[in-house]
Amino acid sequence: MTSLLSIVIFLPLAGAVLLLLIGNRDGARDGLIRQITLAVSLLTFAGTLALWAGFDPAGPAYQFVERHAWIPAFGIEYSLGIDGISLLLIVLTGFLTPVALLSSWGSVKKKVKEFSLFMLLLETAMIGVFAAVDLFLFYIFWDFMLIPMYFLIGVWGYDRRIYAAIKFLLFTMAGSVLMLIAIIGLAMVHYQATGSYSFDLERLLALSLAPSTQFWFFLAFALAFAIKVPVFPFHTWLPDAHVEAPTAGSVILAGVLLKMGTYGLVRFAFPLFPDAAVQMAPVLAVLAIVGIVYGALVAMVQPDMKKLVAYSSVSHLGFVVLGICAMNVQGLQGSVYQMLAHGVSTGGLFLLVGMLSDRRHTRLISEFGGLKNVMPQLVAAFFVTTLASIGLPGLNGFVGEWLTLLGAYRYDWRWGAAAATGVILSAVYMLWMFQRVNYGPVTNPRNETLPDLTTREWFAIGPIVAMAVLMGVLPNLFLAPMAPAVDRLVERMRPSIERRAEAMEGRALDVVAGPVR
Amino acid sequence: MLLLIPLFPLVGFLVNAFVGRRLPKTVSGWTACLAMFASLVAAAAAAWQIFSAPVEARLVEQTVYTWIASGDFEIPLTLRLDPLGTVMALVVTGIGFLIHVYSLAYMHEETEREYARYFSYMNLFAFFMLVLVLGANFLVMFVGWEGVGLCSYLLIGFWFKKQSANDAGKKAFVVNRVGDFAFIVGMMLLFREFGTLDFREVALHAATLSPEVSFGLISLTTLLFFIGATGKSAQIPLYVWLPDAMEGPTPVSALIHAATMVTAGVYMIGRNAELFSLAPDTLQIVAVVGVVTALFAGTIGLVQNDIKRVLAYSTVSQLGFMFLAMGVGAFSAGIFHLYTHAFFKALMFLGSGAVIHALHGEQDMRRMGGLRRALPITYWTFLAGALAIVGFPLLSGFFSKDEILFRTFYGGHELLWTIGALTSLLTAIYMFRLVYMTFHGEPRYEVAGAHGHDAHGHAHGAHLHDAPPSMAIPLVLLAVGSILAGYVGVPHALGGHNRIETFLEPSFHPAAHARVLTLGPGEGGEFTVAHGTETAADEAGHAAASHTAADAHAAEEAKTRLELTLMSVSVLIALAGIGIATFFFLRRPDRAAAMAASMPGLHRLLLNKYYVDEAYDAAIVRPVQRLSEDVLWKGVDVRVVDGAVNGAGSLVSGTASLLRLLQTGSVRAYAAWLFVGVLALVGYYLVW
Repeated sequence: MTSLLSIVIFLPLAGAVLLLLIGNRDGARDGLIRQITLAVSLLTFAGTLALWAGFDPAGPAYQFVERHAWIPAFGIEYSLGIDGISLLLIVLTGFLTPVALLSSWGSVKKKVKEFSLFMLLLETAMIGVFAAVDLFLFYIFWDFMLIPMYFLIGVWGYDRRIYAAIKFLLFTMAGSVLMLIAIIGLAMVHYQATGSYSFDLERLLALSLAPSTQFWFFLAFALAFAIKVPVFPFHTWLPDAHVEAPTAGSVILAGVLLKMGTYGLVRFAFPLFPDAAVQMAPVLAVLAIVGIVYGALVAMVQPDMKKLVAYSSVSHLGFVVLGICAMNVQGLQGSVYQMLAHGVSTGGLFLLVGMLSDRRHTRLISEFGGLKNVMPQLVAAFFVTTLASIGLPGLNGFVGEWLTLLGAYRYDWRWGAAAATGVILSAVYMLWMFQRVNYGPVTNPRNETLPDLTTREWFAIGPIVAMAVLMGVLPNLFLAPMAPAVDRLVERMRPSIERRAEAMEGRALDVVAGPVR
Repeated sequence: MLLLIPLFPLVGFLVNAFVGRRLPKTVSGWTACLAMFASLVAAAAAAWQIFSAPVEARLVEQTVYTWIASGDFEIPLTLRLDPLGTVMALVVTGIGFLIHVYSLAYMHEETEREYARYFSYMNLFAFFMLVLVLGANFLVMFVGWEGVGLCSYLLIGFWFKKQSANDAGKKAFVVNRVGDFAFIVGMMLLFREFGTLDFREVALHAATLSPEVSFGLISLTTLLFFIGATGKSAQIPLYVWLPDAMEGPTPVSALIHAATMVTAGVYMIGRNAELFSLAPDTLQIVAVVGVVTALFAGTIGLVQNDIKRVLAYSTVSQLGFMFLAMGVGAFSAGIFHLYTHAFFKALMFLGSGAVIHALHGEQDMRRMGGLRRALPITYWTFLAGALAIVGFPLLSGFFSKDEILFRTFYGGHELLWTIGALTSLLTAIYMFRLVYMTFHGEPRYEVAGAHGHDAHGHAHGAHLHDAPPSMAIPLVLLAVGSILAGYVGVPHALGGHNRIETFLEPSFHPAAHARVLTLGPGEGGEFTVAHGTETAADEAGHAAASHTAADAHAAEEAKTRLELTLMSVSVLIALAGIGIATFFFLRRPDRAAAMAASMPGLHRLLLNKYYVDEAYDAAIVRPVQRLSEDVLWKGVDVRVVDGAVNGAGSLVSGTASLLRLLQTGSVRAYAAWLFVGVLALVGYYLVW
C-alpha cells in the first residue's frame, strides 16, 4: 500500500469526523462515542504496527514515501516518509493513545464527545509531525498539535487549568514562532541558492550554509525545540501543564509531546546545521545535565505526585538531550531509546497517579499511605513502573540511560560522569514517593476502602508494564530498526565534529567508532 | 546448561508472584524450596564438570542471546562458570536452599499472601544473585548487582507496615545507588579504554599491560569499582545501611546480608583480580579500607544489645577482613574466607532467628539469658558458629582467617596485620559476649504470657520451644559446615595442600590459563573444547620458578615457621578474647557495667555508632533537601523563571481573548472552527 502512512495519519481524523456525525444530546451516547474512539485508536495502533512490519531497516533511508505538490508557488509539498527513528515514535504514539483513552474512561464525564474528538485530532497531528519530511507540513502538524492539547488542559483539567493551559500555549507558541521564521528563512536561502523555494528536508540538507547562517538558524530551531522538551530553564510550563491536565492529557503530554522537541533536534536542528550544532552542543549538553540534576532535586521535595513525576520528566529528558549532544551511535540510539522508554514508564506513572486521583480526588502524597494494604494489584503495577523509571537493569529505563551516558562519556567524560549522578537521585525521589504512598499502615480512613484495579484499568496499565519488561529484556527489538537512521546521522555529523576537533587542537574527542587504542 | 541454574529460581518467583497468594502455604513454600533445590542440583552438576575437567579446561560458557547492541558496543547475555564462579554458585544455591527450608517454619505465621510474597522475593533474589555470579561481563553482572539490591530493598521492607523497615529498605537502596554511580562510571571508563566489558577479555588485555607505577587510568577504574563494592559490601564509607537492614526477617539477614549479597563486592574484585593487580594504589586503598572497617565495626559490635545488630556489625567486620585479603593480593584467601563465613554467619543469623522465634520477636539480649537449656539445638549449633568465627583451632574460620592474616604479614603489611589481629580479639570478645548474654546466666526474659493472653508471668524456660525440624535441620547442617568447611584449605604449614587455593588460582590469572571452552547456543548441553596455546605469562611463571633449589627450600622453611608462629599468635588471641568475654560477661557482669560506667563518653560514642548516621544526615541529607526545596524550587523555579513568565502572561491576558473564549464555554463552537480549518487544508490538498 503506497499511501499507508497517510492512512495511519488521517485515520484518527476520519474517526473524529465520524464522531461529529453522532448526535449526543446530554451525553446520551457517551458510551458509544467512547467505544468508537477506542476502536479508532486501536485501529490506528494496528496501522502503526503494519508500518513496522513493512519497514525494512536495510532499505532506503525514508520509506512509505508519499510526495504530492501542494502549494507549488512556494515549493511546499505534501511530503511524507519515515525512517527507523520516526517509525518507533509513531508506534509509541499508536500505543499510548488507546492507553490514554482507557485512562479517561471513568474520569472524563463532561463533554465526552468533544474530549474524544480532541484526542483523535491530537493523534493525527502527532503522527503527522513524525511523518512529515516537508518542513512546512511539519510546521502545520506541529502547531496543530497545540490546539487540542490546549483545550484538553483548559477544559478537562483541574482547578488551575486555565493558567496552565495559557502558560503551555504561550511557551510553545513563542518557540514555534521562532521556528516558523527559521523555516521560511531556510526556504528563502534555498531560493537564493537554486532559484526555487523548497521546504523539502532532503533538498535543504543538500544546501551548504555558511557557519554564521547556520548559527542563527540553529539557535532558532534549538530554542523552539528546547522549550518543547523542555530543557532547563524553559521547563516551568511543564509541571503546571501536567498537574492541571486530565490524566489522558498528561499521558500523551509526557509520553509523546515532550518527544517532539527532542525529535526535532535529531531530525532537523542537528543534521541541517551540523557545524553550528557541534559548536553549540556543549552548551546544550550542560543545560541537559543541569536539567538532570535540577529536575531530580526539585522532584524530591514535591508534595504533589503529579508534579513530582513532571519534574522527573525534566530530569529524564535531560538524558535524551545529552545523548543527542554526544552525536555518536550510543548517544543517539540511547537518546531515541530513552524517548520511547520515558514515554512508556512516565506515561504509566501518570496513569497510576490518575487512578489514585480518580479515587481520592487529591494527588497530595501526604493524603495517602499504606495503599499496599488495600490495593495490592495497583501497588504492584506502580512498583514495576517506578523501577522502570528509576532505570533498573532488566526494565526499559536502563537501556536508554546507560547508552546515553556511555555516548556522552565517550564524547566528553565529564558529561557522562556528571550526568550519572542522576542515577542516585532518581532512586531517592521515586522510592521516597513510592514508600510514602504505598507502605506503612493506612493512616487516612478515607483510604481504607479504596477498590483495587478494575479490568478496564488493567487493560490500560497492563500493556505498560509488559512493555517496560519487554523493552528491558529485548532492547535490540527496538535498537535494530533505528540503527541505520542513527548511523546516517552520525555520518552526517562526523565531518563537522572532526573540523571542530581540528580547530580545537589538543582536545581529544572520541568520535571514531571504536575504542581509543 | 548453565542457564538452568538461575532459571529455576526465576520460575519459582514467577509461580509465587502470580498465583502464590491463592496457594496453600505448604505449596508456595515448597515450590520455592524445590526451585532452589533444582538450582542446587544444576549448579552441582555444572560444578562436577568443572572439577572433573583438567585444570586448563575448567571453563563453561553459554551465550543466551545478544542483549544490547549499539554500534561497536555489544553486550551478549553470556553466562560463564569457572572455579571462582563454581565456589560462589555452590554457596548461593547450597546455603540459599537451606535458608529457604528454614524459612518454611520461620515465616509460618504470615498469611498465605504474605508467605507467597516472601518466597517469591527470596527466589527472585537467588535468580539475580546467580546472574551476578555467572554473568560473563560487567553489564550482565550489573543486572544481578542491581537486582539483588532490589530484592534486598523488598525483603528489608518486607513488613511494610512498619515505618522503620521501610526507611531501612530505602536507605539500603539509596546508599547502594551511590556505589552504583561509581560502578557505572567505572564501566564507562573501562569500555572507553578496553573496548569491551567482558571479564575475560579485560583480563587478557590487562595481562599485556604492566602495573601502574603511579595513580593512572587503571587505578581510577578499579577505585571506582571498589567504591561500588563499598556500597554493596558495606564498607566505609557506605556501610551505614547494613545494620539498619536487620529490620528484615532474620532468614533474609542470613541469606542476603551475611552469606551472599554483601559478599558481591569481594567477588567482583576476585573476578577482576588481573585488573586490580595492575593498580597497586587501589589495592593499598582496598586493604586499608578493609582493615579499618573491620576494626571500626568490631568496636561498635562490642556494645550493641540487639542480637542481630551485633551480628550485622560482625558481618561488616568480617567483610573488612575479606577486603583486606583482596587488598594484599591474597585473592584466594579472601574468597576462602567468604566461603567459610557464609556457613558460620548464616548459621549464627539463623540461630539468632531461632532465639527470636522462641521469644516471640524479642531481639534485645538484655532480655535473654540462660537459653541454653531451653534451646539446646540452637545453643550447640550457635556455639559451633561462634567458635568458627573467632578462629578456634581446626574449625573453618581458623583456616580462612589465619590465611588472610598470614598473607598480610608475609606481604610486608605488618601494621595491617596488627590491626587485623586486634580485630580478631574484638571478634572473640563480642561474639562470646553475645553467646553468654543470650544462652548463659540467669534468664531475663518474660515468657509469652507477657503478651497478655494467658496468665503465666514467670520467667522459666518451660514454655520455650526449640527450633522445629525445618529450622533445626538447616542449623545442624550449617554447623557441620562451619566445623568442616575449612578442610578444603588446610595450609601447607599444617601438612595440607590448600586445595581451594590451587582450585581458584586460574580464575585470578585467566591469561596464564587461557583456554576456551564454549557452549554454543542451541547445542543442548554439548560443549566443545578448544585448546588455546600456552601463553607467554605461563612460561614466564616457569622461568621465575627456576631459582636455585636450596634457596627455595630455605625460604620455604622460613615461611612455614612464620606461618606457624602467626597461627599460634592468632589462637592465643582468640582464646584471650574468649577469656575476657568469660570474665566480663559470664563471671562478673558487674565489672563490665562498671567499666562502661567509668568511660561514659566512649561507651556512648560506641553505642551510638560514632554518630555517623547523624553526621551524614546533617552534612548531606538535610542540606540537599533544603537546597532543593527553598533555593531551587521555591526560589529559582517559582520566583525567577515563573516570575518572568507570569509578568509576560498577565500582559498577554490583558489583551488576548483566549481566556474569555474558554470561559464562555463555547468549546464546541471553537472545535467546529478547528474542523473547518482542518477540512479546508485537507480539501485544498485533495482538490489540487
